[in-house]
Amino acid sequence: MLRTNFLGVDFDNPIVLASGILGLTAASLKKAVDDGCGGVTGKSLSAEPRPGHPNPTMVGMENYFINAVGLSNPGIEEGILELKKYREICSAPIIASIFAGSSEGFATLAEKLEDSPSDFIELNLSCPNVNLEFGKPFAYSVEAVEEITKKTRARTKKPFSVKLSPNAWNIAELAKAAEAAGADAITAVNTVSGMMIDVRLRAPVLHNKQGGVSGPALFPIALKCVYDIYEAVKIPIIGTGGVTSGEDALAMIMAGASLVGVGTAVYYRGADAFKKITEEMEQIMNEEGINTLAEIRGTAHA
Amino acid sequence: MSTFYFDHELKSAPGQYVMLWIPGIDQKPFSIADDDGASFGLTIFRRGALTEKLFEMGVGGRVGISGSYGLGFSINENTRYILVAGGYGAAPLAFLATKVLARKNNSVDFLIGARSADQLLYEEKLANISNLNLRVATDDGSRGTRGFVTEILENICKEIRASGEKKEILIATCGPEMMEKKVLDIANAYNLPCEISLERFMKCGVGVCGQCAVDPLGICVCQTGPVLKKEIVNRITEFGKYHRDKCGRKIFFNPH
Repeated sequence: MLRTNFLGVDFDNPIVLASGILGLTAASLKKAVDDGCGGVTGKSLSAEPRPGHPNPTMVGMENYFINAVGLSNPGIEEGILELKKYREICSAPIIASIFAGSSEGFATLAEKLEDSPSDFIELNLSCPNVNLEFGKPFAYSVEAVEEITKKTRARTKKPFSVKLSPNAWNIAELAKAAEAAGADAITAVNTVSGMMIDVRLRAPVLHNKQGGVSGPALFPIALKCVYDIYEAVKIPIIGTGGVTSGEDALAMIMAGASLVGVGTAVYYRGADAFKKITEEMEQIMNEEGINTLAEIRGTAHA
Repeated sequence: MSTFYFDHELKSAPGQYVMLWIPGIDQKPFSIADDDGASFGLTIFRRGALTEKLFEMGVGGRVGISGSYGLGFSINENTRYILVAGGYGAAPLAFLATKVLARKNNSVDFLIGARSADQLLYEEKLANISNLNLRVATDDGSRGTRGFVTEILENICKEIRASGEKKEILIATCGPEMMEKKVLDIANAYNLPCEISLERFMKCGVGVCGQCAVDPLGICVCQTGPVLKKEIVNRITEFGKYHRDKCGRKIFFNPH
């Protein structure tokens, strides 16, 4: 009922672990599959290991979650070892996420993943928490998205998705640019830039001061982005952002998503949030007489 | 090393931890060393920027506390607790000892080890807990028995086996991982229940960031631990071998 073919690869269900939540190790990725994911996305890897920002890096509130982890990761070399380990212990599709400070950096990392067991690559060019480090965020510039996509396309045969930011007013245009430059898919969206201030301390809570907002507050924003992108491109979309229920996931698919990224939901619904979401999807589909997800994909555009 | 007390109703259990935050510096997990309901204490070593700052602060100073987090040690009745502490592990185990001695028909053997007498932590505080059977081991014999604290544990386990003691036993340990590994091995060899406090690098404390996921189970010890039962730890193959740093790189333990 939930089986989804994405760029020629079969997923048991369309729920994929979003990058940055859990997923630092092969074992953690496999556990997400055991807990109900149809596929997983690893934490974003960079050329060198990164410790990330000091704490507090994450705060959970009733309706939103905010983080500024700062892309901590063990680096591409050790990251590839975890991908290999994952493939030994789990057969569900995996997306390797990468980020770099330049188009050349993205292309080099993608090239390194060529022989890794990852099924797809995701270019994370939209993290809101490292702007100062990397200058102007790529995710707001058509030229930057184009250049990164083009260079990466020239250096890898693996299918890849470009992850965009909901902060970009022109997200559909950016998606179009990525498609034209050779991207196989679009991941929409990353977290939206935000802040939280502790009133008693009279200061921002996150060490990085600003962070990325996820959780329920992000959902309607992400949904609109996916809706707009679906009208602009033909390549498939991984709809991500604030999905915490089966109802949310089906709405994402009706907006046009092929896969649905889920991350912060583990904070709201526990480690097996993925299973809860797929069960709810099936229940609603049964109630509504929906047999396959293909029937309802993009149906909100009719 | 100092114990800092905070006037705050935490309602915590021994083995749980809080996140202590000093704005602009860092926020880290600390094991709870004391909690009488009205206030709680954290025993902290001066080590790194966060603790440096804390030691500079005086009475009335303000920090951010969130928690308590995680799962603590079991608090049973009619049980002989054998607590094995190394280093800072003495603090949460002393808290546990106080709690279990307040319950019906429990006894506590408190085993504590250090390299030498001057490195023995918490001894005075432990001496003040009544009905505590304190056993000390130092590597150089400058206090208590000469040798490792785990040798005392092994002797107690032998006595239990020889005497056919019927009372429920619970071994609980907190300290350096190589010591804990030895405690686990002994608990396995003598088929005795054991609970282990596992330390891994934690960021969020709520099972989201995945920093503290252990191999090969992939469970986050910030949430399913930090105190784990023997049966679980036996399945954590990285236990006693490696942990991960804040980047997520494997760091191997030095064999004792």
